[in-house]
Amino acid sequence: MGLDEVHVAKVAKRYGLERALAGVTLTLKGGSMCALLGHNGAGKTTLLGVLSTLVRPSSGKVEYRASGTELVGDRVRGEIGLLAHASLCYGELTAIENLELFAGLYGLDDAATTCVRMLEQVGLDKRAWTRPARTYSRGMWQRLALARALLAKPSLILLDEPFTGLDRDGALALGEQLGSLTSSGAIVVVVTHDLEAIAGRADHVAILRRGNLVFEERGAYSYEQLKDVYHRHAA
Amino acid sequence: MPRSAGLFAQAWRIASKDLRVELRSREIVYTMAFFAGLLVVIYSFAFPHDTRTIHAAVPGMLWVTIAFAGTIGLGRAFDRERENDTLRALMLTPVPRLAIFLGKAFAIWILVMAVAVVATPLLALFLDAPLFDYPLELAGALTAGALGFAIIGSVFAATLLKVRSRDVLLPVILYPILIPVFVAGTGSTAELLKDVPDLHVTHVWIGFLGIYDAAFLVLSLWIFESLVIE
Amino acid sequence: MSSASSASSAPSRGLAVPILCAVAAIGFVVSLWLAFVVAPPALDLFFNQKIFYFHVAHAFMLFTAVGVAGVCGILYLKTRKPHWDDISSAATEVAVAFGAVVLITGSFWARAAWDKWWNWEPRLTMSLLLWLVLVGCVLIRRFAGPSADRIAAGMALFGMVGVPFIYFMVGQDQHPNSGANGVAATLDPAMRGAFWCAVGTFLVWFVALLLMRLGDTRAEREVRELRERALDLGVIE
Repeated sequence: MGLDEVHVAKVAKRYGLERALAGVTLTLKGGSMCALLGHNGAGKTTLLGVLSTLVRPSSGKVEYRASGTELVGDRVRGEIGLLAHASLCYGELTAIENLELFAGLYGLDDAATTCVRMLEQVGLDKRAWTRPARTYSRGMWQRLALARALLAKPSLILLDEPFTGLDRDGALALGEQLGSLTSSGAIVVVVTHDLEAIAGRADHVAILRRGNLVFEERGAYSYEQLKDVYHRHAA
Repeated sequence: MPRSAGLFAQAWRIASKDLRVELRSREIVYTMAFFAGLLVVIYSFAFPHDTRTIHAAVPGMLWVTIAFAGTIGLGRAFDRERENDTLRALMLTPVPRLAIFLGKAFAIWILVMAVAVVATPLLALFLDAPLFDYPLELAGALTAGALGFAIIGSVFAATLLKVRSRDVLLPVILYPILIPVFVAGTGSTAELLKDVPDLHVTHVWIGFLGIYDAAFLVLSLWIFESLVIE
Repeated sequence: MSSASSASSAPSRGLAVPILCAVAAIGFVVSLWLAFVVAPPALDLFFNQKIFYFHVAHAFMLFTAVGVAGVCGILYLKTRKPHWDDISSAATEVAVAFGAVVLITGSFWARAAWDKWWNWEPRLTMSLLLWLVLVGCVLIRRFAGPSADRIAAGMALFGMVGVPFIYFMVGQDQHPNSGANGVAATLDPAMRGAFWCAVGTFLVWFVALLLMRLGDTRAEREVRELRERALDLGVIE
């Protein structure tokens, strides 16, 4: 049972006296890709942390809904796939070992075949599968990280600057993959500075400025339009 | 999605991952054992070698070695979870977060026990201390003490993961809280080194350690998630 | 919403601290009078025993403060409401101050009773160990960055749970230097009045300090919030 709506209700977060989020309300829908934009320190990563259940808001809450009913606790976590700045995989383990570990933790059936299928899907060179991941190049790490994030067929996919470190082709391929995940019904949230990579794909734009949601609109955006709203609202 | 595996099975999955990584590199075990050996050599220069002094000081040496070497191992073990932010990946899985805590604490426990296994014979050898006269009692005290260290150490090493000065702050947090463990450990070991040991005293201290471990295990299980989530 | 609540509680908060301070000041004078004039001198220590009233009263407050810091630590970790963190933090700082007084007066006491400045008397040892936990908490708050609040709350909580273990431990431990613990055990009925008056006084003083510290933190928060609101509205740059 996948998530089809996530409702962020007046979520505020403070770290000591520092304000990271100042009461953000936002609804994310299945089959839609939300581009979360803003300058450094605007609260994007914190909001992504809140969505991934790893940051507890100081006030407000996030509701995760699957066909009308609200999911809580570990049921929600099983539906979330996170592609973060760091790879979230162990350098000392091989690609296969990494995925098998997480497949076990996610409680997947036929873990071995799922892991192989996943690695093939992200296009990680077969010769690298049984090598410790610390020997990988940046691009190979990224592929492994993506395989880990998508392993349990998440219905809420959170990506933090997924295009950094990828070449143009890699970024294009990733963009395409995100597009197909979106059209299969998943909720995709992308935090990025790379407006070009998401132009024409994101159909929901949210801009944060110093912890406030200052702009939110649904609709298809071209690169020029994205650049325009970004410069008008983010600064 | 099926979630068949139980709490302990998942905890074991995490612990065995840690132990497998460690077996592959042996980094922590080798460096901790070397450091423990160094400490023993330093002690043997720092203290006069008459039997009375040695017998009075060896219990303290043993437990200080465990505390120091254990802290180094603890810091490094959690560094591995920090390098690629993998603790976050573990916290994201639908596994109950208690299982993550149990798995990490179990792996740390094994590492600290490894230090004890290295340090105790070295102390007995270099300082000629009759540490192995009562092997069962000694093993009991070390096991219970290491468990307390592993429980509290895992909780705070996990919370300190993102803090820049974590290496300095880890002992600042741990040692004040762990003082009862060191006092009880030293007390039980000191009794074993007396000419005529009163085993009852050792047993009381081991029991104390057991209750301490149990209390802090319950507390840690209850508070771990709230502490680690930002 | 936050501004409304702070506005309504402002006058009462403004009065509470001066009143408590005045009560504590009067109480302090009364306890001095009770301790030095009314209470009979102790048989073995004479004048030196007078420090007992203040030493033990401070020790009581040290334990109270640890309890407050620990319980508010739990509440903060479970609810994430900032005011629990503020109370826990304030209690920790006040407890460090009270603990310092306990250790210094205890040291005078030890000098008078056993001719040694520090002799690992069990209760004094216990205060020292607890004080170390609190100093650790303060260090964490200062140096652990954005997650300091969580970690310090956890440390206060673990420290609080450790108290019974420390208590048992110092009772068991045959520390080589530990002195007998005589005078504090039995209290002449005539001394009780002075003693409880001192405890009450320092309890009031503790609450006053706590509120003062809390007031500072709240003011800081309010300034922050106002500044943030002004920035959001574009009133200031």
